[in-house]
Amino acid sequence: MSIELMFNAVNIALLAFSRYVVPQRIAVDPAGAEAEVANAIMTEGAALGETVLSSLLTGHIFAVFIITIAAAEVALGLGIVIAMYRNRSTVDVTQANMMSG
Amino acid sequence: MFPLDIAFWGLAAVGIISALAVVSERDIFRAALFLVVSFLVVAGLFVLLNAEFLAVVQVLVYVGAISVLIIFAIMLTRNSQDGNPFNRFQLPALLLSGLVFAAIAFAVVVTDWNEWGSLGFAVAPGEAAAVDPSNTEVGIRNVFGDTTQVIARLLLQDFVLPMEAASVVLLAAVIGALALVREREGES
Repeated sequence: MSIELMFNAVNIALLAFSRYVVPQRIAVDPAGAEAEVANAIMTEGAALGETVLSSLLTGHIFAVFIITIAAAEVALGLGIVIAMYRNRSTVDVTQANMMSG
Repeated sequence: MFPLDIAFWGLAAVGIISALAVVSERDIFRAALFLVVSFLVVAGLFVLLNAEFLAVVQVLVYVGAISVLIIFAIMLTRNSQDGNPFNRFQLPALLLSGLVFAAIAFAVVVTDWNEWGSLGFAVAPGEAAAVDPSNTEVGIRNVFGDTTQVIARLLLQDFVLPMEAASVVLLAAVIGALALVREREGES
């Protein structure tokens, strides 16, 4: 459960960076970004997400992957705990010595 | 600005208290319930950060699925009630994590963060729109007004290979978990 808390903290940090920090491509070349976005706004059917602005949401993509990996990790961890409880009738990690030589 | 500040500090206080309760509560079942509270608080913070799609994903995946799994596992292994056993590494762990926290806090304070305001963009959350907004400002506000569209485009174009890899990881995890908890033939 503690690792879930840590994943959540990292997700908050990623989304905060994504919201508050200027992406490198816009910071380096504001005029180029302005022209690209203006072009997308003027063009019928063009999406803003295909411009330099899509780099705004890279943090969101990272958060999506963290949530995915967290789900996989929870399923495996609880599977191990339940298998161990079935074999040993305890979930105390100090008694998990099946693999010690 | 003002209501957003109140919402943020309220959520932050509830989140910190419930997260502390998760790691200090003696009864592991109540710790799991506090974990659900902190998941919900994180979803609220996501909304404050203009990440509505991820807030919904957070509620569905964490509150809906992961916490149910954790509570199920606790109920199935019910006889061991005592969570958070005493650990003789508590003091070294406290020192180490305090050092790491100090290092991170120092780095955060001395870094030049390149925020929107410092480059003249009027797009911070809760900030009023500029009187004569540039196209970039309009575009940024549009992107953060409807993040789902842009996330979908990114996931299926720029990040399509990591997304497929993540689906394979999920499949492997499901098969692995099934193999772990399977009743084998000939075993009681």
